[in-house]
Amino acid sequence: MKLELQGITKAFGDFVANDSIDLVVEPGTVHTLLGENGAGKSTLMNVLFGLYEPTAGRILIDGEPVAFRGPGDAMAHGIGMVHQHFMLVPVFTVAENVALGDERTRAAGILDLEQTRRAVREVSERYGFNVDPDALVEDLPVGVQQRVEIIKALVRKADLLILDEPTAVLTPRETDELIDIIGQLKAAGTAIIFISHKLREVKAVSDTITVIRRGKVVGTADPGADATELASLMVGRAVDLSLGRQHSDGGDVSLEIRDLTVIDELGVPVLDHVDLDVRKGEILAVAGVQGNGQTELVEAIMGLTERTSGSIRLEGRELLGRSVKEIINSGVGYVPEDRSTDGVIGSFSIADNLVLNRYDRAPVAKGLALKPAFIAENAEEKVREFDIRTPSAQNTASTLSGGNQQKVVLAREFSRDLQLFIAAQPTRGVDVGSIEFLHRRILAERDKDIPVIVVSTELDEVAELGDRIAVLFHGRLMGIVPGNTSRDVLGLMMAGSTAEEALAEAGRSGRATTDSDEPQLPGGIA
Amino acid sequence: MSTRTQTAPASASNAAPTAGVGRRSLILYSAGALIALVLFALMSPGGTATFRLSAASDAFQIPALAVPVTPAGWVIALLLVAGTAYVFSLRRAGRGVPGWVPAVFAVLFVSGVLIWMVAEATNPSISLLSLLTGTLALALPMVYGSMGGLLAERTGVVNIAIEGQLLLGAFAAALGGSLSGSLVGAMVSAAVGGVVVSSLLTLFAVKYQVNQIIVGVVLNVLVSGLTGFLFGTLLSGDAGLNSPPRMPNLPIPLLSEIPILGPLLFNQTVLGYLMFVVVAVLWVGLYKTRWGLRVRAVGEHPKAADTVGIKVNRTRVMNVLLGGAVAGLGGSFYTLVSVSQFSRDMTAGTGFIALAALIFGRWNPIGAFLASLLFGFATNLQYVLSQAGTEVPSHFLAMLPYVITILAVAGLVGASRAPAASGQPYTKD
Repeated sequence: MKLELQGITKAFGDFVANDSIDLVVEPGTVHTLLGENGAGKSTLMNVLFGLYEPTAGRILIDGEPVAFRGPGDAMAHGIGMVHQHFMLVPVFTVAENVALGDERTRAAGILDLEQTRRAVREVSERYGFNVDPDALVEDLPVGVQQRVEIIKALVRKADLLILDEPTAVLTPRETDELIDIIGQLKAAGTAIIFISHKLREVKAVSDTITVIRRGKVVGTADPGADATELASLMVGRAVDLSLGRQHSDGGDVSLEIRDLTVIDELGVPVLDHVDLDVRKGEILAVAGVQGNGQTELVEAIMGLTERTSGSIRLEGRELLGRSVKEIINSGVGYVPEDRSTDGVIGSFSIADNLVLNRYDRAPVAKGLALKPAFIAENAEEKVREFDIRTPSAQNTASTLSGGNQQKVVLAREFSRDLQLFIAAQPTRGVDVGSIEFLHRRILAERDKDIPVIVVSTELDEVAELGDRIAVLFHGRLMGIVPGNTSRDVLGLMMAGSTAEEALAEAGRSGRATTDSDEPQLPGGIA
Repeated sequence: MSTRTQTAPASASNAAPTAGVGRRSLILYSAGALIALVLFALMSPGGTATFRLSAASDAFQIPALAVPVTPAGWVIALLLVAGTAYVFSLRRAGRGVPGWVPAVFAVLFVSGVLIWMVAEATNPSISLLSLLTGTLALALPMVYGSMGGLLAERTGVVNIAIEGQLLLGAFAAALGGSLSGSLVGAMVSAAVGGVVVSSLLTLFAVKYQVNQIIVGVVLNVLVSGLTGFLFGTLLSGDAGLNSPPRMPNLPIPLLSEIPILGPLLFNQTVLGYLMFVVVAVLWVGLYKTRWGLRVRAVGEHPKAADTVGIKVNRTRVMNVLLGGAVAGLGGSFYTLVSVSQFSRDMTAGTGFIALAALIFGRWNPIGAFLASLLFGFATNLQYVLSQAGTEVPSHFLAMLPYVITILAVAGLVGASRAPAASGQPYTKD
């Protein structure tokens, strides 16, 4: 199927998310949409999939104009979409999810799941997906859930498959498997639209790259182009992809974590006897696929978890069992992983958000009263220093973009003298320009001889910032490796190999175990 | 792997971690077993409790069941203790409690209470048959109410307004029945009454996305006030607007002659037979048909349903309206079967118990049906026991259905999982 988009415009009120976008996707090719978060890629795909109606422009399939009044129409025309957040009902089986909306029935609307099961098995075997049609979706690993989404599209005879940020939730190995699958689909004649901001993958799978910036197509690029060039095109200005950072061995051990165990509500250990040391003036990066205990590790240090045992000592002082406030007051700075719910209070002004961690003390407060003059002055200063893009510090934090919200969080946490700084997913959903800035500030904090923990699911961010890298898998520490360890080794560890096993396996397959010869790219974009 | 068997180092300020969820139900199970042990076994009043199984008029007479109180008390108490131990062992193994455990536990406990209360009574003999038929009758509006709630909630709309739907259904049945003089007219009016409440609920909750709980509560108050007002002004006049026809029992030939089961199941009103049909159809519909798959998907993950071309809000509106019709029909029981006229607030909180039955029944039609039966049983028990002259004060007996409701919903249900999108309006970004 050949797909053409002509002059697609989508406006939400005054905001133009897509501005007369033209795109041609040929059968049997992978067409990549490259752009930052908020560039309008997902909006465009939602238009194509019939979820939004375009304000202007038209869609042509094999030269015929079509109009979609809903996703059902789009699917009837052979368009399938794998959403960034999977559209699967967790309590349904694979077959039920695949059947939904396209059910095979017997008389009186009675479901005939056997037909669907057969179709699932057929597709699963053809592409080597290894998916059991009777498994409950919520029990499946993320990578398999994604295959269920692909099966859903293929069973519906999709000739064009939209993959919206498909690798955001995958381990490096699962990503490699997905790239293989894309290759097979392509060979079978399926057209694929691949959406990503990760340059490495984009270069690996694309036949054509279209770059979108602020809702407009700004150009096409050759998959052979180098990363810096692609990044510059995406951001719209020259991007310096290397921080030029110096490795740090750190000084004395400042944070000692011993035998830290956290049990979840169901009695399952989510953090399992973890031992970690963090030295002054070093960044310990904690890597792992989302949901392998990183969140619990950080929350345990911050005193936010229950059912926690072990020991967390900062400068010899036990933190475990203390209240969150005591922990903050002992000099721990914290960037929570979910910025919009835990990092800032959206309905508060930027100025108020900047003093949330010291609202009850001089110089912010005097007795029972806040000092508005100081809060305003402080806000002016921080907005300037951290380059927070806003017309006024009195605007609510919810009006800021993700990157600027994160700058507010960072500015707030850095406004005190710290003994320990923890950043969880500091650049998730943040634009490339801000990533660079945030990384430089975190490095600057390290250089003040403060121990830093950075938790990230982005391998590139981990490699970029970490002086040492700890990998968590199913709540267990798989090992701590040097900052320049290769992606292959890290990928194996994230999938459950210990450091020794991973190094041995990577060594056997003749791969370099360090990445020192390859330039590092900032977290979100490489 | 098992961290709980290893002791955490003493340096930690916290004790060794244990699972916290289910502590509540563990307490309930333990309390139930303890009460059984003390009340049924150790403090057994002794003697025999007699349960009559046939009415005097029946063709086949079955001998009454005479239960020796003390041995029965011990057996039940020990079974409950064993059940509690089983639940503890499941928790220790980190596993969930299967659905039949709370059901069996509840049935055993209630039988224990029953035997104990009958034995305590001045006349230790009750008619089991009238206890059971009364149970079914009292459960009937609850079953309809919970099915109406289930239809709405399975699509993600919380229906607190079941009470209002039952009440307006009762009112509409009285008015429509009086005006048309026919039972069909009365039943259709009742269904329409329920649909009226539902349409307000969908208008505010689905279209305008007002908080569903608030809308539901307000609707209940509205219906109560409205029917109360109309009852005072319209129905109490001499125009005969509050004299609906009475719905007769339709015994099925032969089947209704079967001892116990016959009078219990095959001597019902149309509304009674229809109840079984509604429950069965809903169960099959929900789990075996395309309609059910879509409904459940809309209630669990509306966006996923939308992306495969299912109209989320239309499904919700249709189901809430249908649910209103079912609940409204249930309301007609009050004015066509129970008593033959409408009176102010005559549903008396049954709609809320129906909501509890829905939750206790884990949003499953059959579960909700059984839960309704349990609540109906508890309600009827107080009537039967006070006839037998029990020494338990009547006020405590009157509390029984509500105590069971609270215990059931609070603890025994365990991790019951509501439809994931329940209570959340759906918009496309």
